[in-house]
Amino acid sequence: MSLFLEQCFEKMNQGEVVVAYKGNIDADLIANTLSLVEQKLENSDVHNNIRKKLYNVLVEGLQNLYHHVDTPMDDSNDEHIKSNFGIFILNKQEHGFRISTGNFVHKDKVTPIKEKIDKINSLSAEELKEFYKFVLNNQKFSEKGGGGLGLIDMARKTGNKLEYNFFDYNNSYLFFNLTVFINI
Amino acid sequence: MELITIDGTPKTPSVSMNPQTGVIEIKGRSIPENSIEFYKPVVDWLEEYAKGPAPKTVVNVQLEYFNTSSSKCILDVFKKLEVLKKDQNDVVINWYYEEDDEDMLEAGEDYESIIKVPFKMIQIVD
Repeated sequence: MSLFLEQCFEKMNQGEVVVAYKGNIDADLIANTLSLVEQKLENSDVHNNIRKKLYNVLVEGLQNLYHHVDTPMDDSNDEHIKSNFGIFILNKQEHGFRISTGNFVHKDKVTPIKEKIDKINSLSAEELKEFYKFVLNNQKFSEKGGGGLGLIDMARKTGNKLEYNFFDYNNSYLFFNLTVFINI
Repeated sequence: MELITIDGTPKTPSVSMNPQTGVIEIKGRSIPENSIEFYKPVVDWLEEYAKGPAPKTVVNVQLEYFNTSSSKCILDVFKKLEVLKKDQNDVVINWYYEEDDEDMLEAGEDYESIIKVPFKMIQIVD
């Protein structure tokens, strides 16, 4: 793995690792990850509704990667960066779980992503509920996703703010890192 | 009209739709990458069913959890039921949720506030 991705990975990794992955994100990987996490939590003392919240947020995070990953095309000599490359880490911390995902995005997408997340973070629980229902009922969905419903859902289910970072990669691409906490 | 049964998978729910009894069931988890593809036969079936529905249509939704792309498709399913209801048919949606699963209860209430069909929230107690 390139030094750049190594550094991103280290920044994303905070706590005890439950699962961590870097590489191609496809449908089988998502299914396998979920069943692995389910197995790991099955006999734990984590409450059932927290577990479901965790699966839900994990699915949204992984499917965001699946649908929205960009691939740096120019001046990249890094043979490890193939299409659909993503990183995700599920950490266990003292007071909860931390899900961190990362993928390349073209620089043109940075502002819309920031605006979307900043808006979500500015809303109260009640406002988030109304915003979710509005997007659900009014926005046209594509095969690719739910018009940002995934991010709203993550914020709503966890009750926490979404954290994000953009790490500069080259002139055209950045590495977008999104982190969500699930309180135990 | 044909009875439809679709077996559940780790990412998709089991579905059964019976045109004679008017009982429709969606059970399990719904987290496919492409929800539109999965729910299309369900939506199509309901459109056909609406032309000659059973005297009473009972829809049982018992989901463990679902992704946001499914949430839109489930709304599409409910919108077909809303049309059925509007045409003076007897329709009820039973929304099941596990004890303590406030997220699933809330999800049902979201739909209830959007769709003009009677909802019954039913808690599953172990």
